[in-house]
Amino acid sequence: MIWRFIIKRILWMVPFLIAVSMVSFLLIQAPPGDYLTTYIAKLAESNEVMDQASINDLRQRFGLDQSIFVQYWKWISNIVLHGDFGMSFEWRQPVSQLIWERMALTLLLSMATLIFTWAVAFPIGVYSAVRKYSVGDYIATTLGFLGLATPNFLLALILMYIGVVYFGSDVGGLFSDPFKNAPWSWDKVVDLSRHLWLPVVVLGTGSTASLIRIMRANLLDELNKPYVDTARAKGLSEFRLIMKYPVRVALNPFVSTIGWVLPQLVSGAVVTAIVLSLPLSGPLMLQALMSQDMYLAGAFVLMLSSLTVIGMLISDILLVLLDPRVRYE
Amino acid sequence: MSDLSDTSGAATTGADRIAVASQSQLIWWAFRKHKLAMAGLVITVILYLIGAFAEVLSPEDPNDQDRRAVFQPPQMIHFVDTSAGFSIRPYVYAMERHRDPTSLAVTYTASDRKIYLHLFGKGAPYVFWGLIPGDLHLLATEDPSDRVFLFGADRLGRDMFSRVLYGTRISMSIGLVGVAISLILGVTLGGISGYYGGWVDTAIQRVIEFILSLPTIPVWLALAAALPPSWPIYQQYFVITLIISLVGWTELGRVVRGRFLALKNEDFVIAARLDGASEARIIFRHMLPSLTSHIIASLTLAIPLMILAETGLSFLGLGLQPPAISWGVLLKEAQNIRTISQAPWLFIPGLFVVFSVLAFNFLGDGMRDAADPYEQ
Repeated sequence: MIWRFIIKRILWMVPFLIAVSMVSFLLIQAPPGDYLTTYIAKLAESNEVMDQASINDLRQRFGLDQSIFVQYWKWISNIVLHGDFGMSFEWRQPVSQLIWERMALTLLLSMATLIFTWAVAFPIGVYSAVRKYSVGDYIATTLGFLGLATPNFLLALILMYIGVVYFGSDVGGLFSDPFKNAPWSWDKVVDLSRHLWLPVVVLGTGSTASLIRIMRANLLDELNKPYVDTARAKGLSEFRLIMKYPVRVALNPFVSTIGWVLPQLVSGAVVTAIVLSLPLSGPLMLQALMSQDMYLAGAFVLMLSSLTVIGMLISDILLVLLDPRVRYE
Repeated sequence: MSDLSDTSGAATTGADRIAVASQSQLIWWAFRKHKLAMAGLVITVILYLIGAFAEVLSPEDPNDQDRRAVFQPPQMIHFVDTSAGFSIRPYVYAMERHRDPTSLAVTYTASDRKIYLHLFGKGAPYVFWGLIPGDLHLLATEDPSDRVFLFGADRLGRDMFSRVLYGTRISMSIGLVGVAISLILGVTLGGISGYYGGWVDTAIQRVIEFILSLPTIPVWLALAAALPPSWPIYQQYFVITLIISLVGWTELGRVVRGRFLALKNEDFVIAARLDGASEARIIFRHMLPSLTSHIIASLTLAIPLMILAETGLSFLGLGLQPPAISWGVLLKEAQNIRTISQAPWLFIPGLFVVFSVLAFNFLGDGMRDAADPYEQ
């Protein structure tokens, strides 16, 4: 039964992913002109002129002279069949060489943030529901609202400012200088974990704030229900009672939030990475979009969008596993 | 309403008052009880007034550069003057500029000289809303050659205070225009989806799900990167708003659809249908009025998201381009760490962003709670 649901849900993703790939391709096609026009303009700035024949030659070699459908088909079939994302015009390298490490680090940051978000929002949400209108609840609510209202990049800037002015250290980046270009090693992982907390905090604050509010509201709805009174009347300890019954029920909407928290995190990671100059997908994607390096930009848009579609899948499956009341259909 | 069901005489008149009150009155009474929502309303109104009268309220021309005031720190405004007896008139202390002979770094120190300010004095000329020329400013220096920097100056010596006020106009109005576009899209598509149901509903719901599953920022970046930077400001403004609301309408569409589904089988709708009312009349005369308060509440909650989106895009350099002034464009100046450690007052537009978003959230929450005066 459950397996049938999961398989059905995975199959349902196929048209979604196809639509995602089409939208990604349209998006990178949207700017007027193509990479060559940008490239020629850049050459012209340094007083180099390309003759028409070599322009046509290049255009043909990159396949830019064909219709959009042919270009799309070439692009997507190479990705699906060969895992080949095309060449980056600007870097003169296969796109797949450029993106994987950055995508992996983006995923790592998003996952770390998701765990951080839950780990912080869950206890605070439960606390402010159980101790409604206490000082702690008011503090949590105020901080929550501030967290919602502060854009990621502003928080990043403020933390960087505090780091530089009060601690005299540059807190940007994911690695210390000696590790920046070093191959992966245990020391590099340790170094990464030392730098990771800042982007995690910056990125997680907004969603933590909304999760606290969701958890609080859900739990408040549950706390007044008769089954809670019954359990209390039977003499269950308050902690066990709350954890065992109302919290479990209130957890469902909480879990389903992974579906929209993940797109938010992936989005936020782009801006945060640009501000903190992290070696993630954000800065490279922005640069690729600016210079119309379409295959590189397209690969990023495609991968980031697929990531969120997969996040929704995971949240749907988790929800069914956790709550027998959710129907499989 | 439990406090009104008491049997005392005063409560009966209260209940009578409620019985004859119109829906908008009920909503207003419920809304007034929310302290935070009222505060949000006041701040929002003030911000829109600032946006509306930016030319008059700002002491300087926001694009006026001054090489002698680069990164000048903010000046405190004083009101009580005791230099010649006691008098109340606004003034600031003039800043003196020093250049360190070895490092060539510029520092500013406050001097004893007072720059007096006129209320509604004459200052830099402007064209109010691009229509009415004028030169009256709420605060103007008595001596036109003096300049006053209440929020400090930026890297070109432009007055941050005036720039923030002008930015308020664009940033706050982008939310409104974006919400108007989202409203049209959301109500039309959500309404069709909920009213007709069937395959139309399924199709529209799939589209909404799909849009919701796209990570907004990469999509916005890709769309915004397609804009030629040479476009005039108003064109950029409109297209950026359009891009932002492309995503914003989905939430509203869902709300409207849900309400339509619920309302479709209400007695009064069935009665209207049996009465032979046309579809359009049923939708616009009978169903939409009972949704308006909800729609307004969701719209209010959508505005802050649009403000944040514009700020983020402009901050990354893909939204509005200078010489347009918005909070995001201003924050772009605070992008590198050297600048902000030298001139932390460049963060001030960020404060405005946070305040406006908070105010809208409180306002929207209060309106959502007040929208159902019967459900208490």
